[in-house]
Amino acid sequence: MTASDKPILRIDGLTVDFLSEGDPVRAVDNVSFDVCPGETLVILGESGSGKSVSTGTVMGLIDCPPGDIVSGTLVFDGTDLSRLDNEGRRELNGRRIAMIFQDPLAYLNPVYTVGRQIAEVFESHGAGEGGAMRGRVVRLLERVGIPEAETRVDYYPHQFSGGQRQRVMIAMAIALEPDILIADEPTTALDVSVQAQILDLLRDLQRETGMALIMITHDLEVAAAMADRIIVMNAGKVVESGRAEDVFTNPRHSYTRRLMSAVPHGDPKKRSRPVEQEVLLQVADLSKHYKLGSGPFAPKREFKAVDDVSFTLRRGETVGIVGESGSGKSSIARMLLRLNEPTSGSALFAGEDIFKLEGRALNGFRRKVQMVFQDPFGSMNPRMNVRSIISEPWAIHRDILPRQRWNERVVELLELVGLKPEHAERYPHQFSGGQRQRIAIARALASEPELIVCDEAVSALDVSIQMQVIELLADLRQRLGLSYIFITHDLPIVRQFADRILVMQRGKIVEEGETEALFVSPRHEYTRALLNAVPQPKWLQRDPTPLAG
Amino acid sequence: MTELALPSVKSPGALRQLAIYLTRDKLALCAAVFLLVLIVCVLVGPLFVGELAGKLGLRQRNLPPFALEHGFIYILGADTLGRPILARLIVGAQNTLGIAAAAVFCSMAVGGTLGLAAGYSERWYSHVILRLADVVMSFPSLLLALIVLYTLGPSMTNLVIVLAITRMPIFIRTARAEVLELRERMFVSAARSMGAGSGRILFRHIAPLVLPTLVTIAAIDFATVILAESSLSFLGLGIQPPDFTWGAMVANGRGYLKTAWWIAFWPGLAILLTTLSLNILASWARTVADPLQRWRLQSLRKAPR
Amino acid sequence: MMLGYIGRRAYHSVISVIGLLTLVFFLTRLTGDPSALYLPLDSSLEARQAFARLNGLDQPIYVQFFQYLHNLLSLDFGQSLRQNRSAIEVALEAFPATLKLAVVAMTLSIALAIVVGALAAARPGSLFDRIAGLVSLAGASTPDFWIAIVGILVFAVGLGVLPTSGTGSGLHWIMPIFVLMLRPFGLLVQVVRGTMISALASPFIKTAHAKGMKRRKIIFGHALRNSLLPVITVAGDLATGLINGAVVVETIFGWPGIGKLMIDSIIQRDFAVVQSTILVTAIAIFIVNIAIDLLYAVLDPRIRY
Repeated sequence: MTASDKPILRIDGLTVDFLSEGDPVRAVDNVSFDVCPGETLVILGESGSGKSVSTGTVMGLIDCPPGDIVSGTLVFDGTDLSRLDNEGRRELNGRRIAMIFQDPLAYLNPVYTVGRQIAEVFESHGAGEGGAMRGRVVRLLERVGIPEAETRVDYYPHQFSGGQRQRVMIAMAIALEPDILIADEPTTALDVSVQAQILDLLRDLQRETGMALIMITHDLEVAAAMADRIIVMNAGKVVESGRAEDVFTNPRHSYTRRLMSAVPHGDPKKRSRPVEQEVLLQVADLSKHYKLGSGPFAPKREFKAVDDVSFTLRRGETVGIVGESGSGKSSIARMLLRLNEPTSGSALFAGEDIFKLEGRALNGFRRKVQMVFQDPFGSMNPRMNVRSIISEPWAIHRDILPRQRWNERVVELLELVGLKPEHAERYPHQFSGGQRQRIAIARALASEPELIVCDEAVSALDVSIQMQVIELLADLRQRLGLSYIFITHDLPIVRQFADRILVMQRGKIVEEGETEALFVSPRHEYTRALLNAVPQPKWLQRDPTPLAG
Repeated sequence: MTELALPSVKSPGALRQLAIYLTRDKLALCAAVFLLVLIVCVLVGPLFVGELAGKLGLRQRNLPPFALEHGFIYILGADTLGRPILARLIVGAQNTLGIAAAAVFCSMAVGGTLGLAAGYSERWYSHVILRLADVVMSFPSLLLALIVLYTLGPSMTNLVIVLAITRMPIFIRTARAEVLELRERMFVSAARSMGAGSGRILFRHIAPLVLPTLVTIAAIDFATVILAESSLSFLGLGIQPPDFTWGAMVANGRGYLKTAWWIAFWPGLAILLTTLSLNILASWARTVADPLQRWRLQSLRKAPR
Repeated sequence: MMLGYIGRRAYHSVISVIGLLTLVFFLTRLTGDPSALYLPLDSSLEARQAFARLNGLDQPIYVQFFQYLHNLLSLDFGQSLRQNRSAIEVALEAFPATLKLAVVAMTLSIALAIVVGALAAARPGSLFDRIAGLVSLAGASTPDFWIAIVGILVFAVGLGVLPTSGTGSGLHWIMPIFVLMLRPFGLLVQVVRGTMISALASPFIKTAHAKGMKRRKIIFGHALRNSLLPVITVAGDLATGLINGAVVVETIFGWPGIGKLMIDSIIQRDFAVVQSTILVTAIAIFIVNIAIDLLYAVLDPRIRY
């Protein structure tokens, strides 16, 4: 894999505004980069950093509200892209520059077969007509690893899994062997194990065709795994660029350093407050089955979302439950909070079976166990201000706090989670994601709980914010003696926070152990697969076997 | 886009922002002004012209429009009994708009409540509510209204009830669909996990979020109800003389098309202008509410280069 | 699966229709004694009783109702009092006239609306878009009875180029079709334009651009294809509403269809005919709904019944 030194695409001083009422909003500010054939350039940045906009201009795809290219030149293989008319642009798109996106289900037309949508690439560029293209389309699908391509070419997008849909998108993008493939967060919506496969596929294809790859991501590990060179963007500006290894091992800009330090690095924090021996929660043989296919002719099937799960949680302890989507981890959380009823099993909380609680006893239990949800925005009523959100537990459980003390307690709680008293009058949409999660935590603390269940509580946040929230949770554990059940799909995140980890797969616990022991010597192959799926930096990977010829 | 200097205030109030958007769409502005004038006429007009509307005038019988010798009130002409059409339009507007407003309000209140119940509960009555909505929905509303009005007798109250019932399925279905969606939202789960009961969830968390949608539908439905009421009145099953609405005025004038076209023409035009204005405003409101479209109403300034 | 689905739909529809027929049965019986309308004012009490006995009107109302249901099961829909023959025959005889009118009006408005709406959405904010927007809003806002009268006034009374009422030559079709089309056309243009604009903003359109597809193919092949789905749903509702328009149009233009028959029968208290027309209309609407569901399944591969 030899990257040529002559750039195939060069972007110089690109500045893009988004027009809205009043002054334009600068999305991309004086951004320059180039990419050479066979090379992978990663554009790393958090949400809103302008990384997608800068590549969108290359393809001539700019979102509403109308974008406005203020200045800059985009030169592709000697052609100035900004001088091209629509027809000239169209001839390049799909043939010489191709793109894949984050959410393939939305980016594929739901009413056409994937075969037809791939064939459209050929038709659009005069490379052949529908029927005759079938063989080529099938070969493409086989190349990107779709099993039974011959039949599945006639399937519709919704009949594929998430990873397969991204493979279909890739097939569509490489159909005419483009010079550049732009991949905009291609693996963000996927499970880690699927993510690893897609990244491998992209690397293989690049090696075969020698195309340049521009990869946009917010994920440091993905960036490290893919990048030859990297540019880091923040608030529309390039803050750092260079060889990937240099940027990662020796970041110069303060933003990059902050970003890098946000990666969970392993060394567990010392805990001053020991775990007590008292068992707080004892879950035994918990199961949740769903009935599928209840049509008159369809056979009744059962789906075991949670299958005979048992574990204990001691007072003051933090247990991490790790698993990919569909592993049943969130179902456990919802049952423990009595949001869904279990099919069978018991859960003793402080000696009483949660699932048998009714009326007053159930209300008392609800005070002691609180939940922090994945999407803090969704978990708050958009019509209520922060004061009413935080004081809602007191409105429900009248005996916690007399009404005249509500205001002062709201202020205390806001300060406890690192927000300001004046935030009480604002509404959820006026906050950033991290701040919203702090509000959610403040609300959870309002009823003075003993156990907090965090369901993917940091997954929707930017990396640099993730660690701040986890640190807040750890800090509260020290100060208030809380216990946590921390549910996530992201193994590294729990490493420095959880005391013990349960790994779940298809509704069952496949491995359980002390955090460090589990990380150092995983016993179950699925745990090993999860750990290995965490991408390794490219410069540490063994050189791939050179292709014959 | 008109160059409209924005005030230096960073965030003008929401109402002010709406007013600015309104001035950017000339058609919507005209519609708003027309409706405003109409509302003023309805509120204060009958005080001044109420008596004139019923005043018979032998000399003004079938007076053609745009003749000013009998005074401005006869500008739109007079009917077969010599009553000034302009005055009658203003009095008729009060009935037309009043009936429509009452019907839409009843429809929204009852339909919204039924929809909330049908969406939140899975008991037998939620199915009954839905089936009833289906029955009403699956049959042409005008026919249903005709049959019911003919049997119950045409009166103002019956008219409002019938119109409200025929429009109710929309509110029931929308409210139910919204509740079904909201019920699964995270903040409802959060409230439940905190121990909130059904009443609190329904009225504190769900209803306030359903209400804006229902009000929007009510506003759009207002035009439809005016048209429906006019059709019923035209077919003779609306409110009965001596009360009248615009639709009834068209019906009265229908017999005199060859001799005095204006008797039927003006009230129909009034209906058209009112419903058109409402629809234009609704369409403008959709543009404002749609983040993909809103920029069309904004003054976009490019950066200097 | 498909047959099971149609079966379920048919079951729901049967319940709806029976509910409707029950309601109408009791309501019409409350309007008064039909013998008063059918016999001369001075006819003797014996004559009245004989008439009532002959038509089963002397029985208690619930007996009449069970008799009616029983007769329904044996496909006996009762006798028309006015025409002295089978009521269903009268209804079925009037049905084709309405069907022809409705099919032509609906086909024309759907076809026109798709073309106009798609062209407007392709260039939002253009002159064409603005004119199409205003015309479609006006179409949806116009009171149909009024535009019919104005049409007669201008083209029949004034210019004398079109006939005022009746059937016969092709010229007789023009005004009824136009009046009937207006509202569905207006509403459909709005729907097509709205769904097209959101379809054009959807991610898969970005993919199509990234593939290098021609703009024309993107608009008609991808965006329009996807926005047809909501259009079909709305068109189904409008087809039901079309019957409303048919009542008005048939009354004004003297078109011998089911709408005119319904109005005439209500006024003349011809119960059996009212019920038969309801039955025929309900079955027609049921068939339209099934057809729309099937069409939906054909157009959207995600839907499987």
